[in-house]
Amino acid sequence: MATTDKSFATSVWDLFCSLKLTLSLLISLALTSIIGTILPQGALPPEYVATISSAKLQIYTKLGFFDMYHSWWFIALLYVFSLNLVSCSIKRLPHVFKFISEPTLVLGEGARNSFSLKKELKFSGDTEQWKERLTDFLAKEFSAPVITEQSGDYHLFAQKTAWCRLGVYVVHLSVLVIFIGAIIGSLAGYKGYVTIVEGASVKAFQKQNGEQMPLGFEVLCEKFNVDFYTTGAPKEFRSILTVLENGKPVPGYSKVKVIVNEPMTYKGITFYQSSYGQASEGSEHFISVTPRNGGAVEKLTVREGVPVTLMDGTLFKLLEATQEVRQFAPGFSGPAARIEVTPKGAAPLTFIAFKNFPEVNAQRGDALIFGYEGSNAKQYTGLQVAKDPGVWVVWIGCTLMVIGIFVAFFMSHKRIWVIVTKGHARIYGNASKNQAAFQMQFEDISEKFQEVKI
Amino acid sequence: MNSSMLFNVTTFAYLLSTVVFFAFLASKNKSVGLAGSLIAYAGLAAQTVAIALRWKESYDMGVGHAPMSNLYESIVFFSWTIILLFVYIDIRYKYRVVGAFVVPFALLAMAWAQLGMNTGIEPLVPALQSNWLLYHVITCFLGYAAFAVACGISIMYLIKTAIEGTSTSAQAGGLMSLFPPLKVLDDLNYRSIMIGFPLLTLGIITGAAWANYAWGTYWSWDPKETWSLIVWFVYAAFLHARITKGWAGKRTAWLSVIGFAATIFCYLGVNLLLSGLHSYGGSAK
Ligand code: HEM
Repeated sequence: MATTDKSFATSVWDLFCSLKLTLSLLISLALTSIIGTILPQGALPPEYVATISSAKLQIYTKLGFFDMYHSWWFIALLYVFSLNLVSCSIKRLPHVFKFISEPTLVLGEGARNSFSLKKELKFSGDTEQWKERLTDFLAKEFSAPVITEQSGDYHLFAQKTAWCRLGVYVVHLSVLVIFIGAIIGSLAGYKGYVTIVEGASVKAFQKQNGEQMPLGFEVLCEKFNVDFYTTGAPKEFRSILTVLENGKPVPGYSKVKVIVNEPMTYKGITFYQSSYGQASEGSEHFISVTPRNGGAVEKLTVREGVPVTLMDGTLFKLLEATQEVRQFAPGFSGPAARIEVTPKGAAPLTFIAFKNFPEVNAQRGDALIFGYEGSNAKQYTGLQVAKDPGVWVVWIGCTLMVIGIFVAFFMSHKRIWVIVTKGHARIYGNASKNQAAFQMQFEDISEKFQEVKI
Repeated sequence: MNSSMLFNVTTFAYLLSTVVFFAFLASKNKSVGLAGSLIAYAGLAAQTVAIALRWKESYDMGVGHAPMSNLYESIVFFSWTIILLFVYIDIRYKYRVVGAFVVPFALLAMAWAQLGMNTGIEPLVPALQSNWLLYHVITCFLGYAAFAVACGISIMYLIKTAIEGTSTSAQAGGLMSLFPPLKVLDDLNYRSIMIGFPLLTLGIITGAAWANYAWGTYWSWDPKETWSLIVWFVYAAFLHARITKGWAGKRTAWLSVIGFAATIFCYLGVNLLLSGLHSYGGSAK
């Protein structure tokens, strides 16, 4: 019983330490991740639901395919992956430490023959004296050696950057650090959204799940602007924000400019410029109506979507308005309104009235010329709100990963042995990475080695 | 002389270089090989000047930004980095024939960019107005180019094994005598990925840093992000298979080809077929 238990435990341990598992996990993660890039994630658009059968919809939903990166099986894969990483390191690290702290000071016969990098120096004279001389030589050309005496022979061992064997483990550790950072973020952080009308302030925002959450302070939107390129493409969205505590501006957080790619952070909560719009609720628009054949100009004050009857019985309705028409009507700029005009007893006409281009309004041949004079509508700014206390841990992990990969790939543990026997000395070399570069260095050193004289 | 004329010169140079390299394969004449390399170098010089000019031209137009802001510009940069790496291999390792398998990638990229895409300089939308764009694009594309080179070398490896069989005895004469030995190809494949992997890692990290800076989420599983991670997983598998399981040769050559296929999908497939935050390049207009 006990033995089978033990062998079971051992085989589980072996499984978790195995690189076969690592390879399967890496490939599984790669393949399953594809699902989420093909199927929509999160709230499903109704057009998508309409295109798939209800059986499929049910199966996919059960399998978590519509939120697959948070599904139990994907998270489980990541946990198994982490376990794999930890067990593998627990198993190998002691060996690596031992390898570094207790290097092979004396090369065995087998190792000597297997090395491709070796050279011989023949000498006559005192072995002891040659040992001294070659020790100095190694210290000067490479690094100071450790000397071991064995049955009359001297074994000189010198090494450089042995610690770089740990680079791989730094990379592995960094993966875990990043995971920890992500877990902290998902437990202690949050994300949300808030809209603030120009001149107004908010004390709370809406979390992703729809819940309102207090900020603990107040944010005032002093102003909002959009700039455009001459092509009509937006150039910059700009909110001017002020943070208020107890109704008073916080020093240093007054009239802060927030644009895309330049957020504002206060008390760990960051505000990102993300959208904007027209706060249409309750705002009024001003319209001028000029009879083409002369006569008094009629001024109207209307609300979006509310029909008004003019003096001559024409029905007027403002469908929508914008303070900057460029993006909708290239070549034009400034405020404009889309309006619907229904002359008495005729079909409705829809067209755009511009504030800055009255001549365009006049070009229409109708009896009445409609102009848009602007509105008292205010803009609102849409801000993404986020707090993520784990993000620093993630950046530490990323830094470790970059350093670790650099060490693992581009640094190498170089070792040189010199064996001094009666009549001759032999030099051997080995490097953990980048053999070609080491070979050049070794050739250089071993050439000088062969020219050493007493 | 403006940048778009120079880009045409570049494309033509890569076309000529590819043709000359194929002639080199057929003739095995050393001076033909040298000509192939020199034409590629000339193309690289023209392209370098063209990229710098385009940068300057964007400032002259008042919408100044580094020429890496849309699909066209990124493809041009991609082909530039591929040739840069080829020059490095040519000078450092002296395996000229690699050009026949690497320069065509740069040619395809340039030809597609010049013929199939809107080449105009566009102003930057607010989301792209950040220095992170530069760090992110440069690291990603240097990585992609290294993977392209690794793929070209792996194809050479697979062709060579298929023709010679697995026997190591080099057949005298034959086209294959031009190819570097299998061991060298295998090693070059590994080396290219050793350059590409850290760069892709940096590319993903700079992308995450930028996303966090610009909208408060370093990772949102958007298709582009996810595909870059998929590519990263494939090459991580490559490295582990090779260093610890002793995989080498054919199997790692195939992994390298699969990795590059995933890279291409990450780069183009996601832009053209899937939707997401990174649709920035739009598609070929
Ligand atoms: C995504 C996660 C991982 C990354 C980024 C990663 C990265 C690396 C890198 C860069 C190397 C060096 C390869 C080379 O020198 O060519 C390496 C080696 C290695 N990795 Fe990983 N690795 C990951 C996961 C794992 C896991 C889960 C295991 C668990 C068994 C593992 C075990 C090893 C081993 C045993 C080595 C060889 C170490 C040596 O040279 O002695 N790796 N890894």
